Amino acid sequence: MALAFDEYGRPFIILKEQDRKSRLRGLDAQKANIAAGRAVARILRTSLGPKGMDKMLQSPDGDVIITNDGATILEQMDVDNQIAKLMVELSQSQDYEIGDGTTGVVVMAGSLLEQAEKLLERGIHPLRVAEGYEVASRIAFDHLEKISQKFEFSPDNIEPLVQTCMTTLSSKIVNRCKLALAEIAVKAVLAVADLERKDVNLDLIKVEGKVGGKLEDTELIYGIVVDKDMSHPQMPKRIEDAKIAILTCPFEPPKPKTKHKVDIDSVEKFQTLRDQERKYFDDMVQKCKDVGATLVICQWGFDDEANHLLMHRNLPAVRWVGGVELELIAIATGGRIVPRFQELSSEKLGRAGIVREKSFGTTKDRMLYIEQCANSRAVTIFIRGGNKMMIEETKRSLHDALCVARNLIRNNSIVYGGGSAEISCSVAVEAAADRHPGVEQYAIRSFAEALDAIPLALAENSGLPPIDTLTAVKAQQIKENNPFCGIDCNDVGTNDMKEQNVFETLIGKQQQILLATQVVKMILKIDDVISPSEY
Amino acid sequence: MPVERLLKDDATEEKGERARMASFVGAMAIADLVKTTLGPKGMDKILQSTGRGRNITVTNDGATILKSLHIDNPAAKVLVDISKVQDDEVGDGTTSVVVLAGELLREAEKLVAMKIHPMTIIAGYRMAVECARDALLRKAMDNKQDSEKFRSDLMNIAMTTLSSKILSQDKEYFAKLAVDAVLRLKGSTNLEAIQILKKPGGSLGDSFLDEGFILDKKIGVGQPKRIENAKILVANTAMDTDKVKIYGARVRVDSMSKVAEIEAAEKQKMREKVQKIIAHGINCFINRQLIYNFPEELFADAGILAIEHADFEGIERLALVTGGEIASTFDNPESVKLGHCKLIEEIMIGEDKLIKFSGVEMGQACTIVLRGASAHVLDEAERSLHDALCVLTQTVADSRVLLGGGWPEMLMAKEVDELARKTPGKRSHAIDAFSRALQAIPTIIADNAGLDSAELVSQLRAEHHKEGSNAGIDVITGGVGDMQKLGISESFKVKQAVLLSATEAAEMILRVDEIITCAPRRREDRM
Repeated sequence: MALAFDEYGRPFIILKEQDRKSRLRGLDAQKANIAAGRAVARILRTSLGPKGMDKMLQSPDGDVIITNDGATILEQMDVDNQIAKLMVELSQSQDYEIGDGTTGVVVMAGSLLEQAEKLLERGIHPLRVAEGYEVASRIAFDHLEKISQKFEFSPDNIEPLVQTCMTTLSSKIVNRCKLALAEIAVKAVLAVADLERKDVNLDLIKVEGKVGGKLEDTELIYGIVVDKDMSHPQMPKRIEDAKIAILTCPFEPPKPKTKHKVDIDSVEKFQTLRDQERKYFDDMVQKCKDVGATLVICQWGFDDEANHLLMHRNLPAVRWVGGVELELIAIATGGRIVPRFQELSSEKLGRAGIVREKSFGTTKDRMLYIEQCANSRAVTIFIRGGNKMMIEETKRSLHDALCVARNLIRNNSIVYGGGSAEISCSVAVEAAADRHPGVEQYAIRSFAEALDAIPLALAENSGLPPIDTLTAVKAQQIKENNPFCGIDCNDVGTNDMKEQNVFETLIGKQQQILLATQVVKMILKIDDVISPSEY
Repeated sequence: MPVERLLKDDATEEKGERARMASFVGAMAIADLVKTTLGPKGMDKILQSTGRGRNITVTNDGATILKSLHIDNPAAKVLVDISKVQDDEVGDGTTSVVVLAGELLREAEKLVAMKIHPMTIIAGYRMAVECARDALLRKAMDNKQDSEKFRSDLMNIAMTTLSSKILSQDKEYFAKLAVDAVLRLKGSTNLEAIQILKKPGGSLGDSFLDEGFILDKKIGVGQPKRIENAKILVANTAMDTDKVKIYGARVRVDSMSKVAEIEAAEKQKMREKVQKIIAHGINCFINRQLIYNFPEELFADAGILAIEHADFEGIERLALVTGGEIASTFDNPESVKLGHCKLIEEIMIGEDKLIKFSGVEMGQACTIVLRGASAHVLDEAERSLHDALCVLTQTVADSRVLLGGGWPEMLMAKEVDELARKTPGKRSHAIDAFSRALQAIPTIIADNAGLDSAELVSQLRAEHHKEGSNAGIDVITGGVGDMQKLGISESFKVKQAVLLSATEAAEMILRVDEIITCAPRRREDRM
């Protein structure tokens, strides 16, 4: 620990409780940080690609998660190291922004750090390395743009979109039925997409899972599925041409927010109060009935009496529907959420072609399907699967696929997968490096080498000899001037990713490179780590 | 340079081979645990709870055993989970699914030791499972049209399911009970309509199926004990003091006489309510909530049978059976649907008085009264019966059946074997392994019955190479027998679910190459 002394030679305290903190500075700090970043990348490296392995994570409460999704692994890992946390955030920001490629971005950052370490050992200043990386990332970014292809699709021709989603799904455990799931994802996205504005609101796609059945039973429902049942066991289980009143007020006696007391001091008052109360319930139900509703969906509970009255008036009702679901129902059925009975009117009712209750398995599980809605802009993907972990993993995989489909609708440029884009960028960056004067040249060249890490990891995970395969593919790319050559992970027999139909989105790839570079630059700039030492 | 403290303090990380080993060992340990309960001669387990009282459960049901275990190994948790799902979804085969998954992993472990990559094993397993399922589909029999045959199918399935349980002594009797009960449901899978009542005393053979509905309640004092042509009002309403529900209401009086007045008004209110209820023209009133003495007295005066505090499910079932609706307000008697039944009477089972509703309008519901020597026997009997009922309802929904006694496994094993021979590449090892895992199930059944498993299974295999063989293990005589003649059947849906979920779980565990265990959440230790 460095100590400062004043002119009389007395020690001088700079940090509070200095002796209880550990401190790393200079090259040591950078190396420690790089080691931590690489350690995180190393964990994810084996999950990359169609033959990547899964990780089993046990949460603090003992629940088990099995996943292949980089962002999920890192999120659940409970990382303590500060730099490792940066990597976790890196993968999360890729997840928020693009939704896919969360593993790739971390692996790339790890490999950039690895290369940086070598440069630092040669005595190149970290900032020069960072600048070189910045230049290189720009080159790669532009090169990706160059090799990308536009990619035509229309609501009638969804095949290209399905292909891209299949690439994403093929690295997950659900790859057994990737075609079906990819189709579901694409149809779901197209159902809610605004092709004019090229915008997709993924909130409109609800992903609901229920344990049991087969993965193949997963279906797309043009409507809403709610994990609730009718409030009264004897209400009809199937309503056609439903007019739905969506309420956020309980079928209960009024509870004014201001504090008040109703004093009963005579028999008459007691009786009027009683009558009023009865009338109140009656009015509420009558009001719903009067506007022509045939189904009431309510955010709150019902009093027993109200429940019976509803039943009695032949007005099926659902209670305790969550706020988010309520909103989705409102969007789907074109109804308005009504906060007070007085404001109920017939034009505020939502409409749905069919509402039915469906039961599953041997237990008392029922779900409510609201289908053929007036506005079919809200859809539900209903996942079935052998166990809870499978469903959770399918949810995550589908989320990735949905994001990819959305990205394609926003920007229909694609690059080819299987590491081909990285190899091509690596070649381009390498070539550019030679033209760049100064120390940065080394950093740019290292960047090119770091880009090779992804195809290397892909080859390694697929059981191919990594260096052999990579060099062969690289040579082929340069010889044939074909940027679409990648690693043949599935042993199909061709290296041309165009033939294999392995696509990734351009913005996903670009984002990966930018984010990885940014984080690496940040880590390289740190030269002093002060942390409370262990007690 | 080693990285210090990447993860939190107590977190552990296991990688590669070690992780794989940890999950294999854990999963196989669980499979071995329940292995001995498989088959008609399987043994039971005693489970002692850690809670107060140290309650003991004696069971043979895989799902029940696994549910009660506290497991730390994450891979073992996957197996527990699939058995739970099997229980929820089809109700039976909870042991088989775990054992099969365990065998698949055991075979996979050998392959991994031979340096075959897990992904290759998975690819092989996937091909094998497709092939096995096709084989099952081809061989499944469907007797839906022929109601006579279908019924005998159901009987066989029920008997096969029950034969591995405590009820095996009286399996024929119980199979008949279960089939009768399920056929009454007329195709719905709603098991709630079948009520199972447990009353200690007597022997298991004294159990019976009652056509009507039995409510475990007593009839109020001074009210008729027997009503013919009952009109029943099922209600869910407060019959104590009817609370004023308007928020913030309270009684504030300034003299004693006022209190008396209000009390009288309250009483009057209750009396009116009772009058209204009586005005429905009923002679039986069943309420979910308490009925206080005062209204009870009023009912007794009117000669109405009033039953209080029937639990919620009881009410729902009763409404379902009698065809009435659950009422909470009583202002318009003409539009409330009343329930009907021919006869309500108080009956005695053992020492308890119960109320029986017979001749009910809708014949869909029924009650099975189980009798037995002790609560443990009864609990286990209920679980066994529940399994049988679940399987039967599933079979009613999907009427395809298969033979039992290891027949489907041998059949699949044979097909998968043939596939293995045709498949080039390393995958064929995995396919081969799949077939071995399938054969492990008849082996375990034979082992549990104390038979010479190696001899039997090889005989079986030879039999199955003949076209259209019905051979399976006949545990009673200890040889290979014709399953069709012996009447041992299983539901197709259950077998398919076992096959698919076991493979899915094995695949999931195989794909793992790293286990990260987070630091356990710190709890306030009060010990």
